[in-house]
Amino acid sequence: MSALRAEESLLALRQQEELEDLPKEYPLSTSEDEGDSDGERKHQKLLEAISSLDGKNRRKLAERSEASLKVSEFNVSSEGSGEKLVLSDLLEPGKTSSSLATVKKQLNRVKSKKTVELPLNKEEVERIHREVAFNKTSQALSKWDPIVLKNRQAEQLVFPLKKEQSAFAPIEHVLSGWKARTPMEQEIFNLLHKNKQPVTDPLLTPVEKASLRAMSLEEAKMRRAELQRARALQSYYEARARREKKIKSKKYHKVLKKGKAKKALKEFEKLQKVSPSAALEELEKIEKARMMERMSLKHQNSGKWAKSKAIMAKYDLEARQALQEQLARNKELTQKLQAASKSEEEEEGAEEEDELLVPDAVNEVRMNADGPNPWMLRNGPSEAEEVDIQKDPEQPPEPVAHEASESEGEENPVAEEEMLLKELEERRSLRKKPGLNQDAKPVGRRETKDSSSQEVLSELRALSQKLNKENHRSTKQKVSSARTVLPVQREEAADEEEEPMLLQRPERARTLDELEELGREGCFQDKEHPRPAVNGQWLERKPNNQPSAPKEKPKKEQMIDLQNLLSTKSPSVKSLAVPTTVEEWEDEEEKDQRQMIKEAFAGDDVIRDFLKEKREAVEASKPKDVDLTLPGWGEWGGVGLMPSAKKRRRFLIKIPEGPPRKDKNLPNVIINEKRNIHAAAHQVRERAPSGCLSLLPGSLAWEEGSSALGSRRMRDLDHRIKSVLVSLTGSEMNNSESTLLF
Amino acid sequence: MKVKMLSRNPDNYVRETKLDLQRVPRNYDPTLHPFEVPREYMRALNATKLERVFAKPFLASLDGHRDGVNCLAKHPKSLATVLSGACDGEVRIWNLTKRKCIRALQAHEGFVRGICTRFCGTSFFTVGDDKTVKQWKMDGPGFGEEEEPLHTILGKTVYTGIDHHWKEAVFATCGQQVDIWDEQRTNPICSMTWGFDSISSVKFNPIETFLLGSCASDRNIVLYDMRQATPLKKVILDMRTNTICWNPMEAFIFTAANEDYNLYTFDMRALDTPVMVHMDHVSAVLDVDYSPTGKEFVSASFDKSIRIFPVDKGRSREVYHTKRMQHVICVKWTSDSKYIMCGSDEMNIRLWKANASEKLGVLTSREKAAKDYNQKLKEKFQHHPHIKRIARHRHLPKSIYSQIQEQRIMREARRRKYVLGHLTLSQYSFLTSLSQLTKNKQTKNLPFKGIVYVLLSPLEVFLKTSLGFFLFPVKRGEQ
Repeated sequence: MSALRAEESLLALRQQEELEDLPKEYPLSTSEDEGDSDGERKHQKLLEAISSLDGKNRRKLAERSEASLKVSEFNVSSEGSGEKLVLSDLLEPGKTSSSLATVKKQLNRVKSKKTVELPLNKEEVERIHREVAFNKTSQALSKWDPIVLKNRQAEQLVFPLKKEQSAFAPIEHVLSGWKARTPMEQEIFNLLHKNKQPVTDPLLTPVEKASLRAMSLEEAKMRRAELQRARALQSYYEARARREKKIKSKKYHKVLKKGKAKKALKEFEKLQKVSPSAALEELEKIEKARMMERMSLKHQNSGKWAKSKAIMAKYDLEARQALQEQLARNKELTQKLQAASKSEEEEEGAEEEDELLVPDAVNEVRMNADGPNPWMLRNGPSEAEEVDIQKDPEQPPEPVAHEASESEGEENPVAEEEMLLKELEERRSLRKKPGLNQDAKPVGRRETKDSSSQEVLSELRALSQKLNKENHRSTKQKVSSARTVLPVQREEAADEEEEPMLLQRPERARTLDELEELGREGCFQDKEHPRPAVNGQWLERKPNNQPSAPKEKPKKEQMIDLQNLLSTKSPSVKSLAVPTTVEEWEDEEEKDQRQMIKEAFAGDDVIRDFLKEKREAVEASKPKDVDLTLPGWGEWGGVGLMPSAKKRRRFLIKIPEGPPRKDKNLPNVIINEKRNIHAAAHQVRERAPSGCLSLLPGSLAWEEGSSALGSRRMRDLDHRIKSVLVSLTGSEMNNSESTLLF
Repeated sequence: MKVKMLSRNPDNYVRETKLDLQRVPRNYDPTLHPFEVPREYMRALNATKLERVFAKPFLASLDGHRDGVNCLAKHPKSLATVLSGACDGEVRIWNLTKRKCIRALQAHEGFVRGICTRFCGTSFFTVGDDKTVKQWKMDGPGFGEEEEPLHTILGKTVYTGIDHHWKEAVFATCGQQVDIWDEQRTNPICSMTWGFDSISSVKFNPIETFLLGSCASDRNIVLYDMRQATPLKKVILDMRTNTICWNPMEAFIFTAANEDYNLYTFDMRALDTPVMVHMDHVSAVLDVDYSPTGKEFVSASFDKSIRIFPVDKGRSREVYHTKRMQHVICVKWTSDSKYIMCGSDEMNIRLWKANASEKLGVLTSREKAAKDYNQKLKEKFQHHPHIKRIARHRHLPKSIYSQIQEQRIMREARRRKYVLGHLTLSQYSFLTSLSQLTKNKQTKNLPFKGIVYVLLSPLEVFLKTSLGFFLFPVKRGEQ
């Protein structure tokens, strides 16, 4: 078989050779290369034919022997190879020319195409459409978000929101149909034209336009504001300088000079570190200044008086002494500054010693209440003093705080005057402080005073200390309690359901009286559901001068009735109280005012009244004993006959005393431990109503909460006080019909 | 020598006009006026009282209809003109300043279901039970002419509502489906439908004018987009919504008046939950309309009252009612935001002030200043109980009052039942106070505090809290 096959193949080869001889009327293949490689192919075939002769049974691949233009896919077979023949594989071996690639792609596509899916049912399609449309619209709508937010947060909305410009007819339109006719008009227009005055366009000359262009409104405003500020600063500075110049206090000037010298020294030291050469120059300058000073001084025994004295000195002892004094003074003056400052400190030390005797409270008393009626003072203890009082127990950190405040003052140029004042105040307080700490120390000069005044002083000191401490503690407690309570209540409020805004009843309230009744009803309701009153909180939120506040406040701030507690008013206290520099500064007017108030209330003894009131309050709060005696029961009764003492004792039921009053140790305070229902009707509930934004910091209500909306202030805050919604009547309408309906 | 002269600025002591008060120099230093705040408190109290005394919101009643008023429409250009359609097919146009009917026409047979004006105010549209849409001229016919509509469109089904586009010559009707019409054509441009129930009202969004909202009898509120001619989204509520109204200032907010006595304000981008549920009515809410400021809306109810709600509050700030006013079917807020009109069953249209105690007419500047000041005072002291009590008081007719009480009780009961879950009261023999048994802190703030439900078995007490059941052994004797 195999031999036969081999013969056949040889025969076929021969035929091919014959075919080759034929003129090339049709191409064997599309590529020319194949023609060139014909020889090789023949050779290959031959080899194959020979190899098949060896008898081994080789499978013969079917071959296409005929070349034709139409290649049917059915002719291609893949016999022999185990795999399925893929059409594209047939095209593989040939070099991938572009034309083949496209064919391949097409074939691939044909292969990958699946059956077309069923169209979605209508509902599904609609749903998808809807979803897409909804997403699109809601996206489009979110462009309104910022505007809506702005409107919601606006403090005031004026409707209509965008004002339509009232339709002005531009002047060109008006003028277009008009011509200058009379000679005068013509003349005027001539003039206008000559001067380049605009006739039609917005009535601005080119110069004006240029100026307009040069600076925008905002720039101009900014510049104006800057100028204003500069002017204000200048005026402040001038005023300050004037004021300082007017100050006659030598001490003040001394302090000032010293401060300047110190500053210069400091700067010099700094300079020394930075650049020694410059420092040298500076040193020279300083030296020169000192020399100048020295030369100019009149203590050199070179003046007329000194010369005359020198002549006299030979004979007169006094004159000699005077000269010596002068010389000593000269030495003193020409010495370095530090020595001088030292001596001053010593002086101050002496002063301090003086003050050691005077406790804090006394000074305050004197400060606040040098008149008989301290209640009528315009201000309570000044702010600085209050700070002092609060800080007393914790002394160490104080200097730091002061420094901080100083540095702050330096930063702020406007507050410099204030800083100066503060400095003085601090100096005063610092001087006073040792008095508190060292009161255990025996002070030498005490012996000189009489013993009664000493007692008084020690008592005062102790009391004042106690008071200070207590004040401090109580404020602390208040704050902390308020802090702990608040969030809890907030939560409660959040939990609670929104209560109806209206209180609907089947009764009418038409007259003022009925409304008044309503209000009362409100407080009764309150009574029914009594809430534990958190005093501290209420006090905290309560504005300074709230209805009930004015009654209590002054009582609390009073430290003075100590004065009253002491039966004898020692004159020594007054003499001891140190006059402070602040007082010197006091304006004449203020003094007048004080004087007037003093005179007006000269007769009243407010403190005594207060004490009386307190006594009454204490009495009223004490539980009363119950007397159950029946006169005439078991014995004779009648006019002038009293039940026997024994009986009375028997039937008197004593009620145990309650806990001690909270104000027992506070002589200057009345603490009312009962909740006053009448006041409660007018007090805001401790808890902010749920959803009450107005109590958040930053809101208008927060700012104004503690103070009155006076009519004057109202004018200042006008834009805020106006109602939240202002709708202009009928301007929503386009036509100009009068729209006031009634 | 320099002589110092007194020189004063006349601005400080001369009044501006002779109508002003004389100027009195005054020191405004707050420390000099410690009683300023108490004084202001009294002023606020008085202002509140006066506000209640002068709260007389009812202005006028317009009578003339011979059947219940079914729909109202505002004139877009004239504040004083109002249109109303009645249940007998009559349409009347009213002049509010004169409080008179200026024109009456028999528009339909049967109900006038809907009425709306064209944005230019020259004509208006009505739909009725006779399956027609009619366009009418705003001005009446000349002498001798007959009253005839400009156009009439005969439809296949009944139309139940109509609304006109805010800017274009397009209007929408509803009935079986929502139809968008061009004014010039007799066939709708497009019809949109979602569900099969009849649609009771359709409203154009005043800002994004291509948006529409409608509510159907199958408890749905459906939103449509006119440009894309598809419905967008729907939300299903517990009960049927009677009508919706878009907020004129906030494009995506609308409020739905529902049969379950509540109003629901929705953000149309998030329909899962309403932004706010407004409750206070005691019967189905039939109509709602926004104030042009977009801050408040008014609702009309079947309970014979109308209420004004702030948009961001769940409770009403005002309730209006009169003895003779029956079920209020339609309500409108005038475009100057000062008045409210309502049409009711008993054939009258009533006119109310939006602010009950507002003074009408032109105010002098001093009056205005005083008003502002008083307003501010009232605001400042509003939380003081005395003032609050007076400001909140409203008179209610007995029927509504008792209904409120009844519903409150019902609500309570429902809540208890809900909290109890499947345990119902009837299963248990008695109740005892929890406070006697235990002082459990966790139960303190729970709504059912103080109540313990005890099983018939004498040894255990079930207390259900949000955390689960607690068992308390109880002796029989303690019960």
